[in-house]
Amino acid sequence: MTDLLRPRAMGRSPRRVEGPAKVTGTAPYASDQPVHDPVHAWLVQAEVARGVVTSVDTGRALAEEGVLTVLTPDNAPRLASTEDAELAALQSHDVDFRGQVLAVVVARTPETARHAASLVRVVVEQRPHDVRLSGDRADLYAPEQVNGGFETDTAEGDLAAGLAQAAHVVDRTYTTAWYNNNPLEPHATTAVWSDENLLLYDSTQGVHTTREAVAETFGLSPERVHVISPHVGGGFGAKGTAHVHAILAAMAARALPDVPVKLALTRQQMYSLVGYRTPTIQRVRLGGSADGRLTALAVDAIGQTSRFKEFAEQTAVPARTMYAAPHRRTTHRLAALDVPVPAWMRAPGECPGMFGPEVAMDELAIACGLDPVEFRVRNEPEVEPESGKPFSSRNLVACLREGARRFGWSHRDPTPGARQESGWRVGTGVAASTYPVNRSPGSEANIRFTAPGRYRVEIGAADIGTGTWTSLAQIAADALGVDHGDVELRIGDTRLPKASVAGGSSGITSWGSTVVAAARAFREKFGDRPDDGDETCVAMPESSASDDYAMHAFGAQFAEVRVHVDTGEVRVPRLLGVFAVGRVVNPRLARSQLVGGMTMGLSMALHEHSLLDERFGHVVNHDLAEYHIATNSDVPDVEAHWIEEHDPHTNPMGTKGIGEIGIVGTAAAIVNAAHHATGIRVRDLPLTLDHFVR
Amino acid sequence: MDGEVELRVDGRTRRLRVDNRTTLLDALRDGLGVTSPKKGCDHGQCGACTVLLDGRRAVTCLSFAVVHDGAEVVTAAGLGDGERLHPVQEAFLDRDAFQCGFCTPGQVCSAVGVLDEVAAGHPSAVTADLTGPAELSPEEVRERMSGNLCRCGAYVRIVEAVRDGAR
Repeated sequence: MTDLLRPRAMGRSPRRVEGPAKVTGTAPYASDQPVHDPVHAWLVQAEVARGVVTSVDTGRALAEEGVLTVLTPDNAPRLASTEDAELAALQSHDVDFRGQVLAVVVARTPETARHAASLVRVVVEQRPHDVRLSGDRADLYAPEQVNGGFETDTAEGDLAAGLAQAAHVVDRTYTTAWYNNNPLEPHATTAVWSDENLLLYDSTQGVHTTREAVAETFGLSPERVHVISPHVGGGFGAKGTAHVHAILAAMAARALPDVPVKLALTRQQMYSLVGYRTPTIQRVRLGGSADGRLTALAVDAIGQTSRFKEFAEQTAVPARTMYAAPHRRTTHRLAALDVPVPAWMRAPGECPGMFGPEVAMDELAIACGLDPVEFRVRNEPEVEPESGKPFSSRNLVACLREGARRFGWSHRDPTPGARQESGWRVGTGVAASTYPVNRSPGSEANIRFTAPGRYRVEIGAADIGTGTWTSLAQIAADALGVDHGDVELRIGDTRLPKASVAGGSSGITSWGSTVVAAARAFREKFGDRPDDGDETCVAMPESSASDDYAMHAFGAQFAEVRVHVDTGEVRVPRLLGVFAVGRVVNPRLARSQLVGGMTMGLSMALHEHSLLDERFGHVVNHDLAEYHIATNSDVPDVEAHWIEEHDPHTNPMGTKGIGEIGIVGTAAAIVNAAHHATGIRVRDLPLTLDHFVR
Repeated sequence: MDGEVELRVDGRTRRLRVDNRTTLLDALRDGLGVTSPKKGCDHGQCGACTVLLDGRRAVTCLSFAVVHDGAEVVTAAGLGDGERLHPVQEAFLDRDAFQCGFCTPGQVCSAVGVLDEVAAGHPSAVTADLTGPAELSPEEVRERMSGNLCRCGAYVRIVEAVRDGAR
């Protein structure tokens, strides 16, 4: 059990410390950083999904006034490491996916660079490609493990027997679409290479992780790479690992020593170069006894990866945690395709993986004649089903009950299609949310006393909109026993002590634990009356809590859905979530995180769908006019609440992580509400109107 | 081919030579170092580059700088009075109507534009009575602010902030 920090600053709601800079637009994002006389890079991308570059003619581009260089597979310098195939920019003549970068043009102005890029003539000998994901492919394979380091397959008991003894069985296939993260800020890197030192202004969820990737790729010692990223215009996973544009910017900068090279991806380029969430196909089998207890539970998940680099979404993993059932199994299979490499997108695993099972739970509840809230409560496990570990805390039932109370669930007539108002069929639905408490190794924090009465706290953490600038300082204040205003936090720069990536909702657990350890070490060393300049730097302490406990956040989401009788138009007038996420550090900012996740879940449910043209291997709707994300008028009423939860095991703050759980379960709650409204069960996202017009 | 333009940006008169292909957004950002308006899509689809152009909200990525000679541009950096933030900006801080902040300068400029439009009685697509005064109902704000995308999902707080900012 950890020694829990006494909350004084934690639990309060100061406004974002960087807020004034953000509402005036003066907070510097990567491409806002002032550099002297920059030059501009523009990419040339493959227009076929598979092939071999046979020639690149840069003559016309180089003849344009103001063009400084054109890098191609013919002339690009060899990289020290090509181990990460995604970062092996211009190292091969092979084309592995449509959109792959085949050349980069650098010119004095962006207009010239863009025009010159259109003059580069790349001849590609096309090869047959294969981009079609389906569940009946003969070449589906089991990866060695799935994202997060989880086992590919698990099994317990006898699934067939469990299904055979069930009074009611649901055996259905659910699909989620290809989703693109689409942070509002496109990825951007400004690179300056001088005297074998590389400076990168980058938009990243982890300055140190970017530094490591870039240093390794170029064979530099990490100290020679300096990454600066104080503000990040959203990431949602897409900026959690380095992508090829950072390598290309650095490569161009090396070709033009001492000259800042700016490379900003276009919105369209983000659909092939920065990762995305794989589409999934989920066969879910649930068996229920006559009294509504699960006898069997199976999730068989299929996703895609690129052929040149594997990413295996852990879609079936949340099913290992959620509900009790004696007979169970989970599997993951992949299709390796000629597509861009998928990667992290907000709650990889949990977000798609709670869609199929939570809709199936609704279907089985109805089959058993039980209320879907009650049905979930009835299948609450005593310990984590597959690991057998006790939960450090688990308050799913409290979230369901509190959510039902706040939402007004008890008045609900369970009959589907029973309610109609002014031409709209109206229904309500529920689904559960979950997300693991992740702790990433590798962080260090430095605390320095700077008279009079100020403490400088340094850690290379990231604020991607999550509120780190504010909430990590609140934690530091409580750890030091001082006021929030007496802490000067510094983050987002590799000159600061190393920090783990802002991913997996692990930021506050990892960085907060590190800062608390540093504060305690500082006080031990210097007492309550330090001298100016006293400082101490410590690494994140080890924790064995995850050996003994299953640690997860939980939640329950309730949705009201209206489906138009004539047009099938779907609206979500109301979403309400109740979460159990441990201690909430800053309620004002936490609410934004949870509401934001739910809003992205609504967007996923109603709109989002990257449409692949199988003939050419690219996402056709590759911009914000055609890849629809929720707009303001799609989101009338989203409420997030939380229950008081005391968990002494997760970390010294008692937090669990809140960045991702909000998007988990939302789409299932909306689909379940749409079924309640219409009697039509949608199992394939998004919930477009054609599902309802018959 | 180049052209020369004079712009008044956040109260300062600025002259610059621009490539005729340069958008107003790029002229502000790359030419003048005014980076308050953001480039989220460069296609007029996201609203992050919204400014007040001659008093009306406009996306700056969709027109060329050379056609705006003599224009008055107010960005989110120029909305306050130099010491205090604009009431809409204060409301955004209070309501935490943003997270990553990248769309925020555009949201704020758009919100100030919306308040002016409503005060002037301009109806929107959801205005029921086209002859009466325009109202700042939540539905009206949602409709009028839907040209500004926010991927962090701050919409419900943005609506509250815009309405607070009107008071």
